[in-house]
Amino acid sequence: MKANIVIIGAGISGAGIAYNLAKKGMEGIVVFEASYLTSGATGRCGAGIRQQWSSKMNCILAKKSVDFFETAQEVLDYPRSIEFKQEGYLIVATTEEEDLQFNENVKLQQSLGIPARKCTKEEALKIVPHLNKDAFISAAFCPTDGHLNPFTTTEAYYLAAKKLGVKFFFNESVTKIIVKDKKIEKVITNKREVITNKVVNAAGGYSKEVGDLAGIDIPVYSENHEILVTEPIENIQGPMVISFSLNIYCQQVPHGSFIMGRSTPNQVKGHNIGSTHEFLDEMAKTAVHILPPLGELRVVRQWGGSYNNSPDRQPIISDTSELPGFYMACGFSGHGFMFAPMTGLLLSEMIMGEITSIDIKELHIDRFKNSRTTTYERNVV
Amino acid sequence: MNKKNIIICRCEDVTLADVEAIMNDGYTSFEEIKRILRVGMGPCQGNTCGQLLQKEISKYLKIPLNEVETHRVRPLISGVKLKSIVEASKDES
Repeated sequence: MKANIVIIGAGISGAGIAYNLAKKGMEGIVVFEASYLTSGATGRCGAGIRQQWSSKMNCILAKKSVDFFETAQEVLDYPRSIEFKQEGYLIVATTEEEDLQFNENVKLQQSLGIPARKCTKEEALKIVPHLNKDAFISAAFCPTDGHLNPFTTTEAYYLAAKKLGVKFFFNESVTKIIVKDKKIEKVITNKREVITNKVVNAAGGYSKEVGDLAGIDIPVYSENHEILVTEPIENIQGPMVISFSLNIYCQQVPHGSFIMGRSTPNQVKGHNIGSTHEFLDEMAKTAVHILPPLGELRVVRQWGGSYNNSPDRQPIISDTSELPGFYMACGFSGHGFMFAPMTGLLLSEMIMGEITSIDIKELHIDRFKNSRTTTYERNVV
Repeated sequence: MNKKNIIICRCEDVTLADVEAIMNDGYTSFEEIKRILRVGMGPCQGNTCGQLLQKEISKYLKIPLNEVETHRVRPLISGVKLKSIVEASKDES
């Protein structure tokens, strides 16, 4: 088999890159997915989309991605619903330090056209009345943040890409990338050999390993982030509520259930995505502390998924001088789902040799060669 | 009987007609079907629909039932209120 380009991974990044390339007229696009559509990080994520970041690049990526999501249902001509809900993210501050940091964040976000604003405690309580008023001191709110269903949104990209001629192969893992004289020659899977000179690494939690297959050392690692979902109830909470200091994100999805997660302190690196009772205990305590009425909700299920962390918690959307034809979209550090429209657009522009819509020097893998110049993203749960 | 009136997943109101349509779309494993139709995502966690859907997949793919992969079982075994978890963890400490 021959292909003009092989994309590894059918999460939202891989499906989005395939769609954008096909839309630009590229033919012979092949996607390999080791399991099923959205089986990795995409399908395990918290289903939120937000623009309230502390780094300029993340703000721009998020803002432009939300612009696309607002039109995605129609543009992708999707027969099911992507369940877009735009009722904001309310980020609560619990310390003076956070309160000051949020002032800075909001200033940066507003300068980039993101309609975020600082809220007093009283204003925040109007937006989410069941917040524990003693659990926070102020908040930041962006009304155009929101929710999307990760499964159907990815399927929307997948179906649109398929319609444009992209070939997807599921339950098929790439086992080797054959490189000769700094040129990609072949991709070998557990089922076939593909002659190609271009490869996109969109393997999410496994992007380090895919880099290794091509001899490219990518400074990312994976760690398990756990999450749970409750039984559905009537709509009581519009925005996602998050706190970096309390370590929680929690939203009510259109289906009615609450999805909530937190990071595990000192989590070991690796591919374990199991569930623990320690998470359940800490999650329950934090959720009931900040949103007391949620104590009445029954937990239906818990699961885990990989954050693929980069050293500065900003994505790597990049080519590499070490191997022409090798591209990567990884290191999203837990936010690959919400950045996917820009990931797809930027990488497809780079691959087609066009000037990218925004300058993405700061997302290049080479930024880590001089680590002092990178901007660390602090707004991560 | 009308397939739209045959319930496969009673937690999420998924009918046999829904299941057949999604299999015609090319999704023929429990995990894939779950992610789009929500079968098995409700309070019973697939205890009812698990076997029913397995049987439908087996019929559709014309393969023996024991070759159809069962759905991934995740905690909790049954629904527990968040506040009960908080109380229980206080007792432990």
